[in-house]
Order: sequence, then structure tokens, then C-alpha cells
Amino acid sequence: MSYGRMQRKEDARFIRGRGNYVDDVRLPGMLHGAILRSPHAHARIVAIDTSAAEAHPKVRAVITGQTLAGLNLAWMPTLSQDVQAVLATDKVRFQGQEVAFVVAEDAYAARDALELIDVEYEPLEPVVDARKALDPGAPVIRDDLEGRTGNHIFDWQAGDKDRTDALFAQAEVTVAQDMIYPRVHPAPLETCGAVADFDKVTGKLTVWCPTQAPHAHRTLYALVAGLPEHKIRVISPDIGGGFGGKVGIYPGYVCAIVGSIVTGKPVKWMEDRSENLMSTAFARDYHMRGEVAATRDGRIQAIRVKVLADHGAFNGTAQPTKFPAGFFHVFSGSYDIEAAHCEVTGVYTNKAPGGVAYACSFRVTEAVYLVERMVDVLAAELGLDPAEVRMRNLLRPEQFPYTSPTGWEYDSGDYPKALRLAMDMIGYDKLRAEQADKRARGELMGIGISFFTEAVGAGPRKHMDILGLGMADGAELRVHPTGKAVLRVSCQSQGQGHETTFAQIVGQELGIPADDVEVVHGDTDQTPFGLGTYGSRSTPVSGAATAIVSRKVRDRARIVAAAMLEAAPEDLEWADGRWSVVGDPASGRTMAEIALAAHSNLELPEGVEGHLDAVTVYNPPNLTYPFGAYICAVDVDQATGQVKVRRFVAVDDCGVRINPMIVEGQIHGGLADGVGMALMQVMAFDEDGNHLGASFMDYLLPTSMECPSWELGETVTPSPTHPIGAKGVGESATVGSPAAVVNAVVDALKPYGVRHADMPLTPANVWRTISGDPFRTDLAIP
Amino acid sequence: MLITVSVNGQPYTREVEPRLLLVHFLRDELGLTGTHWGCDTSNCGVCTVRLDGVPVKSCTVLAVMADGHEVTTVEGLERDGELDTVQKAFVECHGLQCGFCTPGMLLTARWLLDNQPDPDEGQIREAISGQLCRCTGYENIVRSIKWAADAEAEARS
Repeated sequence: MSYGRMQRKEDARFIRGRGNYVDDVRLPGMLHGAILRSPHAHARIVAIDTSAAEAHPKVRAVITGQTLAGLNLAWMPTLSQDVQAVLATDKVRFQGQEVAFVVAEDAYAARDALELIDVEYEPLEPVVDARKALDPGAPVIRDDLEGRTGNHIFDWQAGDKDRTDALFAQAEVTVAQDMIYPRVHPAPLETCGAVADFDKVTGKLTVWCPTQAPHAHRTLYALVAGLPEHKIRVISPDIGGGFGGKVGIYPGYVCAIVGSIVTGKPVKWMEDRSENLMSTAFARDYHMRGEVAATRDGRIQAIRVKVLADHGAFNGTAQPTKFPAGFFHVFSGSYDIEAAHCEVTGVYTNKAPGGVAYACSFRVTEAVYLVERMVDVLAAELGLDPAEVRMRNLLRPEQFPYTSPTGWEYDSGDYPKALRLAMDMIGYDKLRAEQADKRARGELMGIGISFFTEAVGAGPRKHMDILGLGMADGAELRVHPTGKAVLRVSCQSQGQGHETTFAQIVGQELGIPADDVEVVHGDTDQTPFGLGTYGSRSTPVSGAATAIVSRKVRDRARIVAAAMLEAAPEDLEWADGRWSVVGDPASGRTMAEIALAAHSNLELPEGVEGHLDAVTVYNPPNLTYPFGAYICAVDVDQATGQVKVRRFVAVDDCGVRINPMIVEGQIHGGLADGVGMALMQVMAFDEDGNHLGASFMDYLLPTSMECPSWELGETVTPSPTHPIGAKGVGESATVGSPAAVVNAVVDALKPYGVRHADMPLTPANVWRTISGDPFRTDLAIP
Repeated sequence: MLITVSVNGQPYTREVEPRLLLVHFLRDELGLTGTHWGCDTSNCGVCTVRLDGVPVKSCTVLAVMADGHEVTTVEGLERDGELDTVQKAFVECHGLQCGFCTPGMLLTARWLLDNQPDPDEGQIREAISGQLCRCTGYENIVRSIKWAADAEAEARS
């Protein structure tokens, strides 16, 4: 079995209800925790009275910030070198923030006891609108940080400012557009939670937790809690979706651990949906001003961007240390541009922390949305077809590897081919003719294109680390005497099918069936160190590690086979999954035969230890740069503002496809994300900082009714730097699709002179846009 | 309160609080953890089970309301070691990824095909519209249910 469509190994348990998700974990004597949360966005804590809760007959412990302060755990470090309150001690800084933790005999009693805690608050003025966070006199959110007198977090820039400014000064045409990528949330169907079990006798802490990065969690617990790392075991069981929402450490995990230490029993904490939406990592919230300088015939010369980034009350953004705005500076996109420059300013507001989540590849969603909207703004200004403007500017295949004006080195691409395929698939010219007919009849139809270049597979450890941990990933492969294999990897599936695809890589490299390869992940006691799954990095990094460790085993197998055949290793060749003497295919030995010999009394050359296993650590030389051409057709009801996505064509190129069935499933899911973000999803706040999207009643996710039947196409441009030529793909569709939908809706509204409207394009927002009165849905203040 | 609920053909008698939700009864009292819990507003449908044959969201049913009634969960779909057609279909058509919505989707799919053996795409999409999936974009779930309908039609003919 090799690359190609293969049914998933993990399905057998999931279709029988026999997955093992964190809330399925049950341990003897297990207690249940629940968190009391702040009703205020910004308020000083005057007093907390827990006496009534402690008197509840089923309550075993009530933990407050004071309890944690005694353990030096009231605050914890974030992935952005800031600190975040585990349980608030001085004041609360967002609605839904963690204030106290109750441990009780059952989950219902724990919730009951929350009602018995009395907290006295002194409300403070909140900062809700990021654009006002830096105003003189704005309330200071982080007065816990010494010397801090404002809400400014960082300024960061990339690109060549002087050259960009010079090109703008001379340009024939310039356009500018403000746009918001609203705050949204990854909302995996399984919320976050943990079961912590501290064994006082052995001193060992075991934490079951749906984390996308179990090894990083273990190391952080060791550093923060002062527990020895070899006495911490993090088990990430089956995860009900992650989408970046399960990368960081949340206060609930720390509370569950402390709860277990305090009570001496295992403690389970499971958040509910509103807690998940209010307090775990949000995504986006970028307020962007894009500018393009171009010639009159539509050749883009430069792009300039200013971003105001709303990071909430604690800077908990998950990204490599040196990249406070992630990989936003890949915003020059798929185009051959002379110069580009961006400036990003991060600010605190009275909202939950987060920013990097929801299949964003470290802010590439924002970058792609910006550039793909700007190309359409330019096309509208020049009266050119947006497909034509893209064709005039796309990088050509012979330009790769291509160094972008902000320093990225794109590995490979054939962009015009992908765009032409998408246009052929949707029947672009015919669709434009249909649109012209409809416009003549007064009907609103729109066509939107998004051509994106992704940047995934973080990353080379010389520039990329998470809190000092280099972004390399390990792999260990052991072939049993009968030729069955166990692969242990540091990445962590949340549904992406790693147990199947990683077995396929081993199968392909060793000439054994993928069914004979067991993939072990998600248990830090059993797997090699590595940074986990997010940023579509599994295939680029762990997939490469898997190919390389398999090749190490294959090289060892060659020596063993040579001993079996009484030949020199250099005289053997690898063909059809066997090592055989050159020119004598009949001498071929399969991996199963070689494995048995490797464990037998066969005499091996001096220095060869026997057995058939290997370990490796893969430090990627570069990211991979998958790309895609998406075209969306929408109908808009001008009486109601309702948008119907009629067709969506997605051509993706992620290099070599390990399992096309799984790749397509990844793309389908990401396209639904794009439709959801473009049309439905937003985490809105009122002026008091109340969260207006804290349940699925208000935070709308697309159902089967809003999604069209996706039409997928594919081209294959392998990554030259990857051992099997594969690129990541998991986030491509989420990154690429929102711009296609928005471009289509704006195109539909062209008869009204509309050049831009912010997401989500709900019926109300479209209707207001048609009426000439668009408004900021993210603030819900018309 | 003492209740007896038949789950997957087997009666279970338990003393429960009146406020206990059916989803927690199934998961915590009976250990049938295939039924999941994904929201607190009855929107996501990952807790869907069949109550007297009809799909219900078990987060919105009290366990005491199921007293004397019959519940089918995902664990009851497989019979005598033979997978239900809808289970085979979801594997065949890659109708699941993280697997969290799958149990509920399977029960709705089974209900749909019991009542509408030859559904068109619109009917399938409508049938699962009370259930969210974050991974599949629904496409392969729709294909799975269609595949199961076709397989069962072929078996009948």
C-alpha cells in the first residue's frame, strides 16, 4: 500500500462510538471541577466569599486566585512572553474570565456551588474598541505590569519602507481600503477540558487533555509548576476537532492540576460551549488598511499595509517567538511585486486572549484576505476583470524559488495553470455572461476569485521557536520481527487522519502495507519530542521526519539484506519494495524477511547492532508554500440581503498528495469555514464589553444548508525541499476561501457602487450596505 | 427518582435526579460515551440519539422523560458484529474526520433511510441541518448517506 486513496484506520472506533475523548476518561475516585467566571469586562475584585460554597456537602475544594498565589500559580506565562491570570486576584479584564474553581463530587454539584460564591466587584470603564485603546486617558487594562501606562503591546514591521514609499510616490494609480477581519472563534465541536491525576506516592502527574501540542504542554508545566518533566505525562486522547483552539494552556487546565494536588484525587474539568466561546483563543481581529500602487494597465508595483491588532486583555497569541504578527508579512501573496511594507501594532482590550487560531497558519488568513480584497479593489478602480488583473500579476513557474519582497522564499508554484483550471471548471466566461444578463434584469449575482499562496510547516529552528523550543519534530520507527511496524510521532491529529496517512508514508518507504503500521501519537511518555499539530505543519515537518526515519530503517535493512544474500550492501538495489542484488530481482528480500533476519542469529557486519529501528529529528530547511485558485458564485436577494453561495470551485496544489481522499476532506471542511466567516460568524461586543456571541444561538456556524456542494480541482507542484515533495494543506481552504466569498458578494453589489463591505455579510449587513449604510458588526453598535 | 430506560434493547434501572439530562445519563450512568455533548443551547446535535425511533437531542431531554421508553445510541447500530450500512457508508465516503459529530449523524442518517429510503441531496441536507460538523464541510456526509441509500436499494432489489 502506498500513496493514494485509503480508508481511514481511525474510523473503525469513531463509527462505533468507541473513540476516547477527554470527557470519556473516567478514573476511580474522580472529582469534577467548574469555573466561576467574571460577569464584567473590567472590574476590580473587592472581595470573594467562598464560605457557602465550601459548606456544600459535595464540595471538596474551592480554589481562588489567593490559593494559587500561594503556589506562585495565580499568573502563567503565555506563548507571547506575556502573562495571563489563571484565577483573577486584582481585577477581571474580560467577561468570562476565570475567578474561582470549585471541585466537587459530581459535575452538577460543582455547578451548583458556583452559585454560592459571592464576589464583590467594583466596575471599571472597559476598552472595547481597539481603535480607542491607545487614546490618551484610555483605561489602563494591564496595571499589573510594572510601569505600564497604556494599552500598547508591540509595534512590528517588515519589508522595505523606503522603496515601497518611493513606488507609491511615483505610481500611476493608487488605491486604499480599510477592512476588518472580525474576531471569530474556531469553535471545535468538542470543547476544551482536562483530567488531571497527581499521584502523591510516585510524584507523577498525568494530564489527559485534548492538546494539539502535548510535548510543549509538558515542558511548560514543568517550567511553570516546578514539577520535574520526567514526572509529567500528558496524554492527548482522541480530539474532537482543534482548529488552533487547543494549542495553548488554558487556566482550566492549571486549575484541574491544582485541584488534583489539593484533593489527592483525579479532577476532571470540562468547559461548556459558552465558556469555550468566551474565554478560549479567538481568531483574527485585525483592523487593516491596505494600499496598492499600480500601473494603469493593472501591474501591481507595491503594497503597503497598516494593521491594528486587537489581542484582548493578555497577549496569549500563539506564534513563533520572533513573529508577533505571525506570518502576516506573506501578504504580497501570489504576485510579482517590487516592494512591500507592513506595520502592525498590537493593543490590549477588555476581551479574551488569543488571535492565532482557526486554521490561520499564523495570520496568513489575514494576509491573504488583505491582498485578495485589494486586488479586487484595484480591478474595480481600473475597470478590469479581477481574473485578468490576477493573470497579469501572478508569479510565473520559472521564478521559483522566489524571494518575496518581505523575505519569504516560496518553494514552487505554477499559478497561471491553477487559475486557468479553476476558470475552466466554473466556466468563467459563461458565468460572466450570465451575470451580465442578470444585471440587465436587475438581479444581483456575483463572482469572486481568491488566488492564495500559503506558508506552512513552521519551521526552520534558526528563526522559529515556541518559547525557546525549536520547531523541529521527532519520529521513531521500530519494525517488529514479523515485519509489522510502530511509528511514534510528535504531531497530534484532531481529525486530520494522521494515523492513516503517516502509516502510508512508512508503507511507501518500506514496501509494507500501511495496515501493518501502527501510528502512536499524543502520549508524551511514548512519543519523541516535537511541537505538535497546527499551522498545517504535520505533513511538512512530521511527515518529513517519518519519511526520513523510514529511510534510515531502509538503509539498515540494506545491510541486513546484504548479510542475508552474502553480498556487499553497495551491490543491492531497492526496487518493488525489496532489496535485491543488482540485476537479480529474484534475490529480493522483503522488509518482513529482513526484519526477521535482523532479529535472528544472522551474523551482521562489525558495528551493526541488529534489530530494525531508527530515530530522527527533522529540522525543516524552509516552509512549504501550497497555493490555490478559488472561484465562488453567489446570488444576493436584494430585498432581504440574503446571500446564497451557489457554486464554489476550489483548485488546490499541495504538491504530492499522500491520500487524496483525506486532502479533499480537509478542503471541504475549510471551505465551510470560509463561507461561515464570510457570511455568518462574528464575536461581537457591546459598549460595556458584554460578549454578544457566546453561544451557538448567536455565534452562527454553517450547517449543511448554507454550504454548497464543493467542486474541487487539483494540480501537483511538489515541494523541492520536502523528502516526499508534499506540502501542508489543512488550512489552505480556510485561508483562501473567505476572500472569494466576500469578493463575490461585493461583485454582486457593484450596481450599488459598493467597493467593500466587512464580514460577516449577514442579510442585515448586506441590506445596510445596499442602503449605503454599512456598519461594524463586530462591535454591534450601529 | 427510579427510572427504567431501554437502551439498545437492554433495560437499565437507575436512581437519578430529576434534573439529570439524558445525555449525561447515557454517558455517566451507563458508560455509553459514543453520545457526545458539544453545546449548551441545543444547536449542535452531537448528542443526537433515537427516542422511540425518533432522533432527539439528548441534551434537551431529561433522563426521567425517557422512563419506560426506548433509546438507541450509536453503540446500538452494529448488530451481531455486522455494521449498519450507514456506518459502512461513512467509512467508504470519508464522512467523518475528528469523529465527534459522527455518532449523532449516523443516527439521523439511519432514521432518514428508515423513513425515506431514496432521499435526494436536498432531503439529506435538510435531515442533518440540525447537526453541526466542523470538519467535513458536509459534502462527504451527504455522499455517505446517498451511498448507504443506494447500497440498501441494491440489497432490496
